[in-house]
Amino acid sequence: MDLSVERPDVLVLGGGNAGLCAAITAREAGARVLVLESAPPWQRGGNSRHTRNLRCRHDAPEDVLTASYRDDEYLDDLMRVTGGLTDAALARLVIRESGSCRAWMRAHGAHFQPALGGTLQLSRTNAFFLGGGRALMNAYYRAAERIGVAILYEAEARELEVQGGRFVAAKVGYRGRTHRVAGKALVAASGGFEANLEWLREAWGAAADNFIVRGTPHNRGAVLRALLDAGAVQVSDPGQCHAIALDARSPKFDGGIATRVDSVTLGIMVNRDGQRFYDEGEDFWPKRYAIWGRLIAGQPGQIAYSIIDAKALGRFMPTIFPGETAGTLPELARKLGLPEAQLVETVARFNAAIRPGRFDHTALDDCATAGLTPAKTHWAQAIDRPPFTGYPLRPGITFTYLGVKVDEQARVAFANGTGAGNVFAAGEIMAGNILGQGYLAGIGMTIGTTFGRIAGKEAAAHVRG
Amino acid sequence: MSAADAHAEAARLMGICNACRYCEGYCAVFPAMERRIDFASADVSYLANLCHECGACHSACQYAPPHEFAVNIPRTFAAVRVATYEECAWPGAFAGLFRRSPLLVATAMALSAALFLALGAAATGGLFMRRDGGFYAIFPHGLLVAMFAPAFGFAVLALAMGAARYRQLVRDSTGISPEGADALRAAGDALTLRYLDGGGEGCFEGRGDPAKPRRVFHHFTFYGFGLCFAATAVAALYHYVLGLSAPYALTSLPVALGTLGGLGLVAGPAGLLWLDARRAIELVEPGQRSMQRSFVALLLLVSVTGLALLALRDTALMGPLLAIHLGFVLAFFVTLPYGKFVHGIYRSQALAKFAREIRAPNTAGIADG
Repeated sequence: MDLSVERPDVLVLGGGNAGLCAAITAREAGARVLVLESAPPWQRGGNSRHTRNLRCRHDAPEDVLTASYRDDEYLDDLMRVTGGLTDAALARLVIRESGSCRAWMRAHGAHFQPALGGTLQLSRTNAFFLGGGRALMNAYYRAAERIGVAILYEAEARELEVQGGRFVAAKVGYRGRTHRVAGKALVAASGGFEANLEWLREAWGAAADNFIVRGTPHNRGAVLRALLDAGAVQVSDPGQCHAIALDARSPKFDGGIATRVDSVTLGIMVNRDGQRFYDEGEDFWPKRYAIWGRLIAGQPGQIAYSIIDAKALGRFMPTIFPGETAGTLPELARKLGLPEAQLVETVARFNAAIRPGRFDHTALDDCATAGLTPAKTHWAQAIDRPPFTGYPLRPGITFTYLGVKVDEQARVAFANGTGAGNVFAAGEIMAGNILGQGYLAGIGMTIGTTFGRIAGKEAAAHVRG
Repeated sequence: MSAADAHAEAARLMGICNACRYCEGYCAVFPAMERRIDFASADVSYLANLCHECGACHSACQYAPPHEFAVNIPRTFAAVRVATYEECAWPGAFAGLFRRSPLLVATAMALSAALFLALGAAATGGLFMRRDGGFYAIFPHGLLVAMFAPAFGFAVLALAMGAARYRQLVRDSTGISPEGADALRAAGDALTLRYLDGGGEGCFEGRGDPAKPRRVFHHFTFYGFGLCFAATAVAALYHYVLGLSAPYALTSLPVALGTLGGLGLVAGPAGLLWLDARRAIELVEPGQRSMQRSFVALLLLVSVTGLALLALRDTALMGPLLAIHLGFVLAFFVTLPYGKFVHGIYRSQALAKFAREIRAPNTAGIADG
């Protein structure tokens, strides 16, 4: 196929959630659309193939969502996790639009299901798609193909011709050759740079070598870099990302949801020196899981160990890799490669600092330590009943926040106010506008769906003139 | 895949699926999985027989090959089911027949058709004489009863023994067993094929849109079979109670039921074979496929010869057609306990166990804290 003859109205870079929402919307508005997806068909959909839900506002119980989740509460949650590092106007736009996402998704083949087993705490705020993200991507690809969106796989945009803020063409690697693909408008929906290990190293130093990339190996950030080089205004910074604690034995890329370990709040976390380093019981796990990737990244060797005893077994989601188990703490330390004496001392000091309380994992209970640094403020129970279990954990990066600044039409802003208004962005590549730091479960897909639809609509309108 | 390999692979996959759970909304398999932390042999035999092989989970799986986790539930569970059938076979010495379905079915069909052709040829007047539909003039009623009653009786006995063995096989540490209400619910789920539906989207045969035909063709097959069975039962009633002898008029109840059932048994199996041929290769377990194709093909040949017999029963071809049809029906009953037919029994039992299970709280409960 000679790509130089392909002259789409709207060129969409990236075939994940945001890209497909944009492509379908633009096509339905009458534009000729070409989607370039860098992955092969089985791995299409970027990080969206590993997702499972999106966060939606609603005033009353609606289909799979319970109770209500109003705009102000949604915004409060976002403000809390980002520490105010968010573009309030764009955040309000996403929240407002999040209520209408599900109807649009259903119309394009999505099905929903009640919150999954072990995730009841999300049943009010997050709508789960039946079968998860890959099923959703399959539905979107079918919908896109049905209405005549052209899609090429293993086609990677490497460079952009952007003149004075006006997109002209993309240089695309496809089947061993470089092609020039021109278009009247561009939707950049190609994700962050989390799979680009060299770039991660620039941001994190040698620590990056110990990161595990939870999602697609294809998000290498070429389009992001090209846009920034062409003068697009940057948001967030290269060090910001959504990162959680993952089993250290996970694959380097693409391990997805199953590699997480949810035992942290039930025991203690120690670093490779056998020392505790953060309050494991600060808040409910769903509200804290997203900080542990960064916390572990700050520890020597970027590794930490969740240590629990028999009382914790069966109280957290099953793990994909079995934990190391032992009848005694020294034996567990040996198996995990931790200093025996230090682990024993850490546990002894922790056990001694626990005040009496009534353990209740479903509430912020009164089981806490006294006179210990760092404290464990809830769910502190002595680690004294064998067998003892330990899981080695590493930072698992989901996606980076460094991105391009957009407006409410998803238009990319260029330095000095230049720009012809034909460059749009959606998804991870602009999520940093809303997520300056921190993470709120399910908001990535909400941002992608909302801004994907906006970008598709505005790009088609731009082409029509 | 050997039985041991299939069980080990299924346990490995359940460990991954239980940490993911995205497929929970598709069918009964995943909610049942979530009630377990470890996957012993009994659990695997239970879960695999809950699977209707709709393919939805595979299509949705982020870990399906070529991903290094290599998760393929439909094919692995199909291999486990073949192992289940072998483990539950009665008498146990016949267990090996499940993996030789094409040979078993073809041999049974050839031998019993030949038997009837020979009996017919030996009958007064030979096989080709026009008899105006008088079946019993060739094969006396008593002879047919003497041949079919033991075949049918043995099949029922073998299937019942298999069911008892399956019940033992999936008995787990919970010690609870299904009650009447659970059996009722399971019957409803089985009769409506509730889970042959990809969670409402339809079955995934491979690439392309999920679609409903497999469920429709299965309904044609199952209810077609049911109507044919009803036709035979009504005919027996006519014979023994009302004293009415075959052949019956085209408008009579047995012939009407049989014709309707026969048409269903043509459309259903033909459709299932067509879908089977289109099924994506990664979903196919060879041992299961040969069993399935043999059984479905036999059903199709029974119904085609039955309808041909009905159409030509007043011609000279009636005799040979009758012999072949009866031969195929006899082959069907003889091979019944050692082929694909057994899936319906074990699946219904698994569904009843599931119905019982979900009435109780999940004791493998994960604290939603």
